[in-house]
Amino acid sequence: MAILFQTILFYCFAVFLIGAALGVILSRNPVHAVMFLVLAFFQSAVLWLLIEVEFLALVLVLVYVGAVMVLFLFVVMMLDIDVEQVKGGLTRYAPLGFAIAALMVFELVQVIWVRGRFASAAEGFVPLPEGYSNTEALGAVLYTEHVYAFEIAAVILLLAIVAAITLTMRKRPGLKLQNIAQQVAVKREDRVRLVKMESEKPE
Amino acid sequence: MIGLNHYLTLSAILFSLSVAGIFINRRNLILLLMCIELMLLAVNFNFVAFSRALGDETGQVFVFFILTVAAAEAAIGLAILVVLFRNRGSINVQELDSMKG
Repeated sequence: MAILFQTILFYCFAVFLIGAALGVILSRNPVHAVMFLVLAFFQSAVLWLLIEVEFLALVLVLVYVGAVMVLFLFVVMMLDIDVEQVKGGLTRYAPLGFAIAALMVFELVQVIWVRGRFASAAEGFVPLPEGYSNTEALGAVLYTEHVYAFEIAAVILLLAIVAAITLTMRKRPGLKLQNIAQQVAVKREDRVRLVKMESEKPE
Repeated sequence: MIGLNHYLTLSAILFSLSVAGIFINRRNLILLLMCIELMLLAVNFNFVAFSRALGDETGQVFVFFILTVAAAEAAIGLAILVVLFRNRGSINVQELDSMKG
């Protein structure tokens, strides 16, 4: 009974995931596309929860939906794209694109189902033992075996911050700013001028 | 019973859809970036499913790093997009031909 329920849930969320992906690639309004992408990430997170990959499912929601998708939405709304101009319908490459996608799906499905030799294909995933913590297991390998890669990831994030800021920073002309060094280095001769003149006499 | 093959098939469909999306969205650079995000999601699906089927957490660690790199890529890509829009006033892919490619 529980297995049947799990199967129904998988197909339900898979259909929603594919529908959301279709929405991303077919919608002409970028805001709608971002919203469909958020839906796709949520469905993926639920599908990952179904196979007991809890930590990554939550990270997907927090990092992707919470940060990256909000960044996308921010840029989409900031850029003020002319939707009517973007709308121009599908390009002439559309039939070719769909044909290639259909061919890829056909080939991959054939590789997976006909030629696959995975033992767990028939009986499904082995359930994890009771008391198993996905987060704990992940942390145990992340901070020991892969600690070097972890530090490189930190450097990559720092690089992304620096690159994004330097790319988008610009100097506006006509901005009124104080130049502290010039103010401090000023001399008396630059500012004060003594003028000799006759004193005025009363008539 | 839902097993490895179902997850791999779903990932294959997702990946092919995003490839089709790159083909048909030749007008908007933001949609191309979103299709790349969708592709990375499909790849992550494969890693997670194999990690679970083989009982090895290394695949999930790899997904963790892919998420990190994808976040950095999205930030830099969107920064480039903003600069491009500021300079050219358009993000239409077909108008970005100043290098005669």
